[in-house]
Amino acid sequence: MTLHLTNLRLIDPEAGADRPGHLSIGSDGRIAAVARDGAPPPGATDCGGLCLAPGLVDVGVKVGEPGERHKESFASAGRAAARGGVTTIVTRPDTLPAIDTPEVLEFVRRRAEEECVVRIAPMAALTKGREGREMTELSFLLDAGAVAFSDGDRVVEDTRVLSRAMTYAKGLGALVVAHCQEPGLSRGAVATSGKFASLKGLPAVSPMAERMALDRDIALVEMTGVRYHADQITTARALPALERARRNGHDVTAGTSIHHLTLNALDIGDYRTFFKVKPPLRSEDDRVAAVQAVGAGLIDVISSMHTPQDEESKRLPFEAAASGAVGLETLLPAAMRLFHSGALTLPQLWRALSLNPARRLGLPGGRLAVGAPADLVLFDPDAPFVLDRATLASKSKNTPFDGARMEGRVRATWVGGALVHGAVP
Amino acid sequence: MTFTQTHLLGIEPLHPVEIAAVLDLAEDYVALNRAPEKHGQALDGLTQINMFFEASTRTQASFELAGKRLGADVMNMEARTSSLKKGETLIDTAMTLNAMHPDLLVVRHPQSGAVDLLAQKVTCAVLNAGDGRHEHPTQALLDALTIRRAKGRLHRLTVAICGDIAHSRVARSNILLLGKMESRVRLIGPPTLIPAGAAEWGVEVTDDMEEGLKGADVVMMLRLQKERMDGGFIPSEREYYWRFGLDAETLAHAAPDAIVMHPGPMNRGVEIDGLLADDINRSVIQEQVEMGVAVRMAAMDLLARNLRAGRAEERAHA
Repeated sequence: MTLHLTNLRLIDPEAGADRPGHLSIGSDGRIAAVARDGAPPPGATDCGGLCLAPGLVDVGVKVGEPGERHKESFASAGRAAARGGVTTIVTRPDTLPAIDTPEVLEFVRRRAEEECVVRIAPMAALTKGREGREMTELSFLLDAGAVAFSDGDRVVEDTRVLSRAMTYAKGLGALVVAHCQEPGLSRGAVATSGKFASLKGLPAVSPMAERMALDRDIALVEMTGVRYHADQITTARALPALERARRNGHDVTAGTSIHHLTLNALDIGDYRTFFKVKPPLRSEDDRVAAVQAVGAGLIDVISSMHTPQDEESKRLPFEAAASGAVGLETLLPAAMRLFHSGALTLPQLWRALSLNPARRLGLPGGRLAVGAPADLVLFDPDAPFVLDRATLASKSKNTPFDGARMEGRVRATWVGGALVHGAVP
Repeated sequence: MTFTQTHLLGIEPLHPVEIAAVLDLAEDYVALNRAPEKHGQALDGLTQINMFFEASTRTQASFELAGKRLGADVMNMEARTSSLKKGETLIDTAMTLNAMHPDLLVVRHPQSGAVDLLAQKVTCAVLNAGDGRHEHPTQALLDALTIRRAKGRLHRLTVAICGDIAHSRVARSNILLLGKMESRVRLIGPPTLIPAGAAEWGVEVTDDMEEGLKGADVVMMLRLQKERMDGGFIPSEREYYWRFGLDAETLAHAAPDAIVMHPGPMNRGVEIDGLLADDINRSVIQEQVEMGVAVRMAAMDLLARNLRAGRAEERAHA
């Protein structure tokens, strides 16, 4: 049966448009019709002017399977994603054990298929055990469904190992996703150096460590010609390097996390460990620069960097506490902060949240076009609420937005035309 | 009541009036400590637990003596040798202790912010005896008392703090306190041991002893930790002593009546000349130790008053 929705505000990142219209979801799970003018089909549901946009494609989500299912399972991650309007989660390989063999990848895909209500696109490790010594079986892993290769937040320190892995990946046309932190400078650091970290007595790293690591990686990209994506660029100093690489025609893209776009180092306050993320939160100047880079298209992708951690690993002194924050459910409302503050338009946001990540990873999502999969999110950008972390669907509740006033609620989420969260008004 | 704190976690939350209140009361305890009968009653019936997750002889002894002089039951817990080795977390240890109903918990921990975290989980008054490289409030208070007794005031002084500022909680607490009391602070040290962003703290920063000491009323030397040498922060002890060591000759650049301070334990011949450290005309290092006991008595007394008042209020509500 075809579902007709009308009185919509359609957010089309491909066309860069934000305009009223109607849309039909076909019985084949694809978008059957999308129009801005003309009368809606008879029997269409009036959505009262809510926004309809392609579902979010979240790159770099940590699910605790295998190994840490008590922190997050495919079932709970899928529910959290659906509630947050995320229709595809691109999972990280930093599990226990790491996703570094086709066998583990098969397990992950099977578990995801059984349990997860949204689409899963798994990344696999670039090196065995993410130890930075030997490359994984990239070809087998590609055949098993890996969409990209990454060692998560571990940096391959040995440049020779990385150059070989990149050369091999280039031959296969594979995408390498890297974390940019110069390992020597950032060793032991839990905050960004500056007045605040010094006063609080926290071991800190210069923001320059990100630039240095990006510079090295770009040189290797120049050498090997591999397709490269930096998972999180969070500092102003790294941006010119990125721009130069782009101008020189290298196949380099970059992402950033929603936390680095909406929070800064001062939010850590009195050692609040839910604000401990990797890389550490930056200065306000860096935050503003990163937001502008998203607007300018220099930073391509915004993701939640969803990292579930249990209460025990966060109830420790700041230095000893685990890094990371959950974000699947708060990605959209946090992004609305950037919209309501006037920093970014909805189509700009959706390019980074949906279209660009889908394109970069070769996934079908991110488009509001006839024939595209009906992976959609219906949301009210203005609906206010106070976030209570206990209500999150994730097994882990480590969100920095606990108690925060937010705007933007997801009303319904469809994956392949199937309603996975909410209801049609 | 001018002192409104329920914990002493750092100098940062203190109002200048509260700092003065601690120092004024400490003056009384200096007199008590010098009297032949040294027993006060302020902490009678209260239990004080000293929990040191990091080795300390001097600070722990000072807190123990302060508690005992005021009548508290004092227990020392060697936290670093017992529970942590068995895998117990800081919070678990705190909850266990809390169940024993202590009234004053004195905590030292190697990680910044650990004492704040612990204070959120217990129902007694917590005193920070040093957390990582964050704060060491009683050290700053005892330094302030020493300075006030020597100089007659805490405002409009020039205080030079010299050495490893980056890893020093003593320096941070002193910078905060002296800033609140409207004195000028100069930091002197090799750039590798000056924390990033220090220039934004409202202090002057230099790596030249002569320039830094010029006209200083107080010269505060910091201990150079041996492990910093291995970390490659400075090339060698002898080069450090040559550039940043304090002896009578270097001290001549400071004001003629400048006093010399050191939080101890000293490395004679690394950061300070032994003869100068022992010169009773210039060095107030021994007095600092004496003031330490008095200041800790005052801090615990004030916290205990607030604790008792808070509990009385709770009972009235119940």
